[in-house]
Parts: sequence; structure tokens; C-alpha cells
Amino acid sequence: MSALSQMGAVTGMNLRSIPRRLGSSSVIVIGIAGVVGVIVAVFGMTRSLSQALVDTGRPDRAIVLRSGAQNETSSTLLVDAFATIKNAPGVARTSAGDAAGSAEMLASVNLIRREDGAQAAVGVRGVEPTSATIRPEVKLIDGRMFRPGLREMIVGRGAQHEFKNLEIGDHVGLRDSVWTIVGIFESGGDANESRLFADAQTLMSAYKRTAANSVTVLLESEASFDEFKTALTTNPTLSVSVERERDYYQRQSEDANTFFDLVTTFVGIIMALGALFGALNTMYSAVSARTVEIATLRAIGFGASGVVSSVLVEALLLSFTGAVVGAAIAWLLFNGNTIGIGNNVGTLVFQMRITPALLGSSVLLACIVGLLGGLLPALRAARMPVATALRATA
Amino acid sequence: MKYLPLIWAGLWRKRVRTVLTMLSVAVAFVLFGVMHGVTAGIDQIINQMSDSRLRIQSRVNITEALPIAHLGRIENVPGVLGVGYYNFVGAYYQEPRNQISAGAMDMSRQTALFPEIKVPDGALDAMARTRDGALIGADLAKERGWKVGDRIPLRSSIWMRKDGAQDWTFEILGIYSWADGRVPSNEFWINYQYFDEERTFGNGTVTIYFARINDPAHSAQIAEQIDGLFANSANETQTQNERDWLRGRIAQIGNMAFFVNAIIGAVMFTLLFLTGNTMMQSVRERIPELAVLKTYGFSSSAVVLLVLGEALLLCGVAAGIGLGLARLAQPSIFRAIGAGGLALPWSVIGTGLGVAAVVAIISALPPAWRTQRISIVDALAGR
Amino acid sequence: MTALVSIKQVYKSYVRGKQRVEVLHGLDLDVEKGEFLALMGPSGSGKSTLLNLIGGLDRPDKGEITVAGQRIDQLSSGQLAKWRARHVGFIFQFYNLLPVLTAERNVEVPLLLTKLSSRERKRNVQAALDLVGLADRAKHKPSELSGGQQQRVAIARALVADPTLLVCDEPTGDLDRETSDSVLQLLELLNRQQGKTIVMVTHDPRAAGHASRRLHVDKGSLGEAPVGAAA
Ligand SMILES: Nc1ncnc2c1ncn2[C@@H]1O[C@H](COP(=O)(O)OP(=O)(O)OP(=O)(O)O)[C@@H](O)[C@H]1O
Ligand SMILES: [Mg+2]
Repeated sequence: MSALSQMGAVTGMNLRSIPRRLGSSSVIVIGIAGVVGVIVAVFGMTRSLSQALVDTGRPDRAIVLRSGAQNETSSTLLVDAFATIKNAPGVARTSAGDAAGSAEMLASVNLIRREDGAQAAVGVRGVEPTSATIRPEVKLIDGRMFRPGLREMIVGRGAQHEFKNLEIGDHVGLRDSVWTIVGIFESGGDANESRLFADAQTLMSAYKRTAANSVTVLLESEASFDEFKTALTTNPTLSVSVERERDYYQRQSEDANTFFDLVTTFVGIIMALGALFGALNTMYSAVSARTVEIATLRAIGFGASGVVSSVLVEALLLSFTGAVVGAAIAWLLFNGNTIGIGNNVGTLVFQMRITPALLGSSVLLACIVGLLGGLLPALRAARMPVATALRATA
Repeated sequence: MKYLPLIWAGLWRKRVRTVLTMLSVAVAFVLFGVMHGVTAGIDQIINQMSDSRLRIQSRVNITEALPIAHLGRIENVPGVLGVGYYNFVGAYYQEPRNQISAGAMDMSRQTALFPEIKVPDGALDAMARTRDGALIGADLAKERGWKVGDRIPLRSSIWMRKDGAQDWTFEILGIYSWADGRVPSNEFWINYQYFDEERTFGNGTVTIYFARINDPAHSAQIAEQIDGLFANSANETQTQNERDWLRGRIAQIGNMAFFVNAIIGAVMFTLLFLTGNTMMQSVRERIPELAVLKTYGFSSSAVVLLVLGEALLLCGVAAGIGLGLARLAQPSIFRAIGAGGLALPWSVIGTGLGVAAVVAIISALPPAWRTQRISIVDALAGR
Repeated sequence: MTALVSIKQVYKSYVRGKQRVEVLHGLDLDVEKGEFLALMGPSGSGKSTLLNLIGGLDRPDKGEITVAGQRIDQLSSGQLAKWRARHVGFIFQFYNLLPVLTAERNVEVPLLLTKLSSRERKRNVQAALDLVGLADRAKHKPSELSGGQQQRVAIARALVADPTLLVCDEPTGDLDRETSDSVLQLLELLNRQQGKTIVMVTHDPRAAGHASRRLHVDKGSLGEAPVGAAA
């Protein structure tokens, strides 16, 4: 018999005996299912969080901050700088012929979360009218746009979903002023969708501020970035840093994720270890339950490879089954869930998206764990001295 | 106790299996210990926060400043013993990535309010004399290698100087530290008066006020009274005692406890299954041995207890190892999230061992129960 | 001499599927105190069944079994367990030592059910191992001992709690001739010197030769067996 058909024969024989060993076989299935479920859930959350942030930025937009500032909140740009920045080379024009730049102010307001009634911060972004050209992804889905000069705001769908009292017609108290919600917008599930938008001028005058936090510009093309950046950073009257918006949000997502990555990696490693021990356990007992059978096969003249592959295939099949079950449960439970994670200046509301790539890689991980768990027992089975094994259970 | 050797030996009948089961149980309890350790640690920190000190910030959001003029009005509220204030100054040293957490305050008010701040003799007087003096935290001093007498140029992306200079340069006059070590001593403290006079905007405002009150039991009323002073003004306040404030702050992060419990639930379920299976196999293999014990007069319940004892021992030892590792890891985990060193509370270890016992009993009960039905005669005859 | 074990009109049958196997029907037997009784007979004749009844491992369907003046046929299984702990030492064909325990721990097992202190237990275990000549193997696991040595450990375990009665089911069934002889000599010694009452099932006429009385079991009834008769 060829080595391959031997393997097939032994493996087939082995798989047919699984129903007799259902108890211990299910350990590997359930163990792996638990691990894959948790890993998919945890990584699904952190991946979705960073995706929401990364999606906010575009390569053909640039964000200008005070030099040294790590983010918008810790940046101040004085009014005098606005015109220089907006009119720098490389900035696109709106249909009306204005420079496509928006000097923006960020504020925060504490609102009540729907879920637990706790207070949490929501970001308020003051934007200029050019913002419509700069951010075409922001689309009104209900109500109307705020009117410059009036204390009106539009609310992102994410923020509205997460917080109470953000319906059209509701009032939001900012500093010394009451604002009315007049519209609801969506922007593809990005970070802006977790915010309130208002007119920058009106917001700054309500806050009696003469400085903005940032200027965001639409570039003529992705390639114009270098020209724009050089123009601003070499200008001695300015002290600013210029970043592609995509890179800026990429950095924000990395900052947000250092903590979560730590947690998820820790949980992932621990759980994979636990699953590995479980798989080893199952496969060792599977091998010992088949001692006589394996020894008999070897005595008849079957090669070691058939025995090894039969154990490996069993481990692989069981862990694959477990992985699919776990991934399916996690997908059913968590996919599409809305999650809000925040700090004291804002809350990021995002949808949990369990991607095929994540499902695929966790199933792959599970299969590797299963294979590793099968390897040692398989080698042990192959090395079992035939004579003693046959006698052992005589 | 005299049965211990018997139970212990039974456990090691299949060495590999027991070791692997123990490892998976241990690993699960590392996770249990760390996750519950973090939540319990946070609770512990919350409970140790003072409820006789109030924090007064803008009602809108912490990023909104309050006028310094509130100071006198807060001081006059009955029950308030002393008031201090703090202005957050985001700064960096040389490079933006060297973030320095700086704060401008009235140093003598601050140390009066927070007796747990340790400042060397004379440093307060020196601060009062030196406009551009600074007190820095011991951790910060160690990290950067700064010492008293050094002049440190800081920069800020928020605050600009009236004279247009980039650098805010301060002379270090002393090193402070927090008495109990739970709060990291890593800030750079400067004189509010100097900072306020030098900055271009935001003058006459502070980020937050602190007030010490005479009776924690009245903290809610006093807070209400303070907020009442500024209701419907341009600068409404929100006053909370420190403990409630921190609790709210943690709640802002999102529902952590749910996530922790969901993960631990999944892990424990898996574990139950694993241990249950181990016990089932081990009992099945040993039916003749258990029958021998019965011939020698071990009662059915004694055999049940032996099997349960074995599971308890297995889970207990493994959980002990796992929780021990978690306890070793805990202080570095807390340091990583910036909360000072904190030992894994014994209550978590106790709960963990309790959970281990429950896992052991639930998983071993079915096979243990089945031993009662062992017929000695059949088992000995191999039937 | 009074009968230590008295069996009167004992019936025992097993139901296997729809079939009913009558093993013992109306059996009578007296075993005197200090006797070394050998039970012989063909396979399936009911020897082990009878021995299990004497040892209190099983209960008869009908009839009386009295051991040392106590009726044991009516006891509950819990009461039987306590009774066995006090009165019976068992020796099996395949030794049935606990593989994970050392020889001395194996011997100690019956003593765990007594109120003896750990020091007293140790002393008794030592004495029992001395008696079977295995004091030097106290720390060995069964897998490190020969069959004969294992059986000696099993005998020490049967003796250690000083039972009223020793019950042996084919104690030499798995041993070669020489080892069998030494195990049997040991049993004989225990019977002669310590006055232990022993009931032993065996197929081997040579083994039966060491006993003080031989009975032949056939189809559930008893008859005297001549010395050296074929099993
Ligand atoms: N638990 C049981 N269930 C069904 N049948 C049984 C049971 N125990 C014994 N028997 C039957 O009772 C009869 C007597 O069995 P027993 O074990 O007493 O024979 P034995 O004389 O000891 O035989 P051997 O010399 O082979 O050990 C046999 O036919 C056996 O099959
Ligand atoms: Mg028999």
C-alpha cells in the first residue's frame, strides 16, 4: 500500500471512531470555540475602534496644528494665522472660489449616555461653511444644516445613538449658551459621526475665544501635500505642524490602541495557551484510548506516517469545528453592536465589524493551536513500541 | 488529612493529563486574577479617595475653564474649610513626544488642602519668593534626571507667552511626592500667578477648584450649595467629592465590568468542561481501584468525597498558582496604566479560590456520583 | 470450636438479560474459627460468588449468613462497608494494589478507616510488611515489584487491620510454582501461628494441599474434596 493510501485508511478508521470518544473530543471543540469566540470579540472591538478613527482621515486632506501639539485638543492657532494657512499653495478651491480650508474649534460637553445614564463627554466641532466641500462624506440624513450666526447644531448619528436628548429640536447647553439640534448627519461611521457640528464663528464667539484648535484643508491632490507643508513650515511667521489627515488619525488610533492592544494581546495569548493545553490533553487521551488499535496496525505493517497523520487530521478537524462554532457565536453576538468608548473630552461611538479577515485569521490560529496540540501525542503514538503496547491491555 | 496522600497520589495517576489540566486551569486563573485584579484595584483606589474634598469644575466639560473670581465665593460657603485651584498646563520638554504634565497653582493653598503631599522644608517659602520656580514630582525627577537648581525650559502647544518667547523656563526649587505612593508623583508644578501673568489668553481662569469641607456626610449638600452659587451664570459648575468624581471618570471609559465578566464567563465555561472531562476519564479508568477501596470498607460516600477531593486539590493548586502569578504581575500592570503599584487584593484571591472550588465540585460531581453505583463484585470481575 | 462463619440455606442467582442463572441454591456451610478452608471446583461453579457472600461484598437472595455471631445477610451496603473494614481482609488473584501508591501506603489503606494515629498506623504497616518479608520494599511502587512481591504486599494489606477473616480468591492464580509456594507458606504460617481463619478459592490442588480442609463446589453445592483431586 502506498504511504498516501495508508494515511487515508488509518485516518478514516480513526475519524469513524470519534463518536465513541465524544466526551473527550468535545473538549477540544468547546475549548477552541471558547478561545476563538473571545479572541474574535476582543480583536473585533479594537480593530473596529481603530478602523473608525482611520476612516476619519483622508490622504487628500491635511490638518494644521500648533507646532508641538499631539492632537487638536492640545493645539491653539491664533486668528492671524488662518488666512496664511488657507491660502497656502496646494489648497483646493470651493465652487464659489474660496480656499477650501476650515479653521475649527473643538469643545466638549458632558451628556447623559442612554445605556447607563452616566455622564460622558461628547465632542463639539465648530466648522466653517467650506467644510461641506472639504468633507463631502458628511451627509445630512434628517433635518437641515445649521445656519451660521445662529446657535444651532447638527448631530452625528453615532452620538445620537449613544446619548440621550439629541433629537431634532432638543437643546444642548454649552458654555453660557443654549443650542438647538436642527439636523442629523452621517459620515460613514467615522469619528466625526460621534460629534456635534456647529458653525465655527458662532461657537468661538459663544466661548469668547480668539483662537482655533486646528485648520483642516482639502488639497488639490494627494501630491500637493509636500508643497503645502513646505510652504507652511518654512514660513517664519507661523509655528505650526502639518500632517496628512490620514496619518493624523492613524496616529490617534495608535495612541488609543496602545492600551487595548496590550489587553487584547494578553487575553489572546492566555487563551491560546489554555486552548493548547486543552488540545494536548484531548489528543493524548485520544492516543491512549487507541493504544491497542495503533499497535495492532503497526504490527500488521502500517507505517508511522499513517498513525501520525491520523492523529493530526483528527486534531485539525476537531479544532476547526470548534473555531467555526466559536467564530459563528461571536459573530452572531457582536457583529453590528454599537460601542462607545470615551475619555474626558469625547466619546467615540463605533460599530463592531467582525471582518472575514478577522474570522479567517482566528480560525487559522485555532487550527495551528490544534495542530500543535496534536503533534506531540501523534509522535508519541508513532514511537509507541508495538510489543509493549499490545501487551499493555492484554 | 490522612487521606491527603491517597488523594494526591490519585491525582498523579496520569501525569501528563494532570499537568496539562493544571496548566489550563492555572492559565485561566491568571486571566481571572488579572482582570478582576484591575477592576478590584480600581474600586480600591476609588474607595480610598477622599470624600471630604470636593472638586469643582465647569459643568459643561473639564476642558472649560472657570474664572478665578469664583475663589472667594466658594470660600464663603458654610462648611468649606479651605479652597485651592489648579490650572492644567499641557507642556513638553524639547520634543513634543516628551509630554510633561504641568500644573499651575497656589502652592501654599495646595499643600494645605492635600496634607498627603510631602514637600521638603523651605521649598514652599522658596516658591513664594521665586516667581518662575517649580516643584517637581519625585518620579519625574528620577525619569528625567532633574535636580534642585536646574533650569528647565518647557514648551506648550496651547499656551503662548506674552513676550512671544517659545520657552517657559522654570527653576526647580524642590521635589515633592505623594505620601502613600498610590498617586504617581510625576507632575511639574509652577506658580499660578506667574503663569497667569505671562500667558496670552485665558487669563484669570483656572481648570479646577478643590475645597476641603468640615464633614464628609454633608458633601452632597455643600456641593449643591456651591453649584447653586453659579447656576444660570456663564460659568456653571459641577461639584463632586473626589470619590464620586473618580467613579464617574471610570464609568466614562465604557462598560468595562461587562466585558471582563463576559470574557471570564467564557473562560470558566471552557474550563469547567475541561476539568469535568479530566475527572470523568480519571474516574472511568480507576473503577477497579475504587472497587478495591470499597472492599476494604470505604463507604460509597467516602469514595465520592475522595473523587471530589481530588478535583478540589487539582483546581485549588492550579488556581493558587495562577492567582499567585497574577499577584506577581499586578503591580507592573498598574504601573503600565499609570496608577502606581497596587497589590492584587486578597479578596480577589479568595474569590478566585472559591470559584476554583465551585468549578471543581461542579465538574467532579457527575463522575463522583457515578462511583456510588460501582458494584464491587462486577468491578473486580472486570465486568 | 464454634463456627466462625455459618451459612444456612443460601440462594443466589444472577439475571443476565432475560436469562436467570441460578448459582447457589440452598447452600449450607460452616467454617470453624482458626480453619484454613480451600474451595475448589470447575470454572463457573460459584466459588467466587460464595466467597463474595462470606466477605460481605454481596448479599444472598435468601438464607442466613452469620460471621462471628453477627448476621450479615441483612445489612445495608453502608453497614456492610463498615463491617468489612473491621472483619475482613481480601486477597485477589491480580493483587489489586493501587498503582500510584508505594507498598507501605497500599498497606496503610485499610488503617485509614480506623482511629489509629499516624504513628500507630506506621508501626502496624511496618509490622505487616515485616511479616510478609518486604520491609525493605516499603517505598516501592507496585510496578517496581514482582508478582509474588505484589501479592505479599496485598497479604500485608489484608492483615494489617487484624481482621477476623481472610478471604482469598485464587491468590496464586497469576503466579509461578515457586512463588505460589512461598505465598501459600505465608498463608499457612498465618493460619498456624496467628490462628487466622482463611477461606481460599483455588483451582490448584497443590495450593489446596496447604489448607486444613478442602471443599468441592459444583453447580452450587458442596462436597468434600479429596487431597490432590483434579479441579
Ligand atoms: N454479576 C453477575 N452477573 C451475571 N452473572 C454472574 C455474575 N457473577 C457471577 N455470574 C455467573 O455466576 C456463575 C458463577 O460465577 P463465579 O464467578 O462464582 O464462578 P467461579 O466458580 O468463581 O468461576 P471461576 O473459577 O472461573 O472464577 C457464572 O456462570 C457467572 O457467569
Ligand atoms: Mg472466580
